[in-house]
Amino acid sequence: MILAHYNYWVVVLLMMIGLYTVMAHGNLVKKLLGLSMFQTSVFLMFISLGKIEGGTAPILAGEGAVYSNPLPHVLILTAIVVGVATTAVGLALVVRIHEAYHTIEEHEAVKQEQRESGQA
Amino acid sequence: MSALAFDALNVFLLACLVVTGLAIARLRGLFAVAMLSGIYSLLSASVFVLLDAVDVAFTEAAVGAGMTTVLFLATFGLTRSREHAAPHQKRVPALLVAVACGGVLLVALSDMPPFGAADTPVQTDPITERYVETTHEEVGIPNMVTTLLASYRGFDTLGEVVVVFTAGIAVLMLLGRCSRERAEDES
Repeated sequence: MILAHYNYWVVVLLMMIGLYTVMAHGNLVKKLLGLSMFQTSVFLMFISLGKIEGGTAPILAGEGAVYSNPLPHVLILTAIVVGVATTAVGLALVVRIHEAYHTIEEHEAVKQEQRESGQA
Repeated sequence: MSALAFDALNVFLLACLVVTGLAIARLRGLFAVAMLSGIYSLLSASVFVLLDAVDVAFTEAAVGAGMTTVLFLATFGLTRSREHAAPHQKRVPALLVAVACGGVLLVALSDMPPFGAADTPVQTDPITERYVETTHEEVGIPNMVTTLLASYRGFDTLGEVVVVFTAGIAVLMLLGRCSRERAEDES
């Protein structure tokens, strides 16, 4: 059955897109976007693991209710907030790099750096 | 919700997520990309609702779609919003590494338990039972995610607060320094 692993395939696909974006793009903002896409794929994997077929959200609903597992939800709540914190620090670094090199492209900044060290 | 409707929604939303992800990877206009990443977050929030993770969904919608988009837009205000073409020699190795990692994971996927099964290690672990069965007696809040977050795993949340605090200080130090230099340049 294809649907049995469909969610995990999507997770792997999103992870590949994110990883490719981080490695192939020279633009620093684009790299951070790829990183957050990679993170979301991991979130999706944890939440998919917690889902029970026919289950309901883990809020008490009386006798005999089946709940999806709340533990992955808690871990991912923490991960989302930490993800935003890392994105904020990354973007602040991008702003600093732009102040110093007047570019947000990795290869242009590296070229300037080499030129300066060659002069010195 | 019937099982068929669930499957159809699940397949559709996740397919939208992949298409949005591909568009983010391809587009050069960073402003459009930031907007697409907002859509991407909202789509993943919808998937989380579908998968019963309502608390995660509203955090993702508020923090992912709202705050992260604002952070990116603020960065464009301070820098620029157009991506230059990257040197091509990086693309092929990057694609190879991404495909290799993905391939390994796809092979490993065949060992994963089927999606939604009730007898997976995640669901049958004693700790899950402990949390689900006793939260009502021990804490008394109907929302299990809240009890877990604030009570059983309170130290995790303390760690999270420390990380956010550290990140806030780091951003202030990085940005405070460049605005100080700008003020010195002007004087």
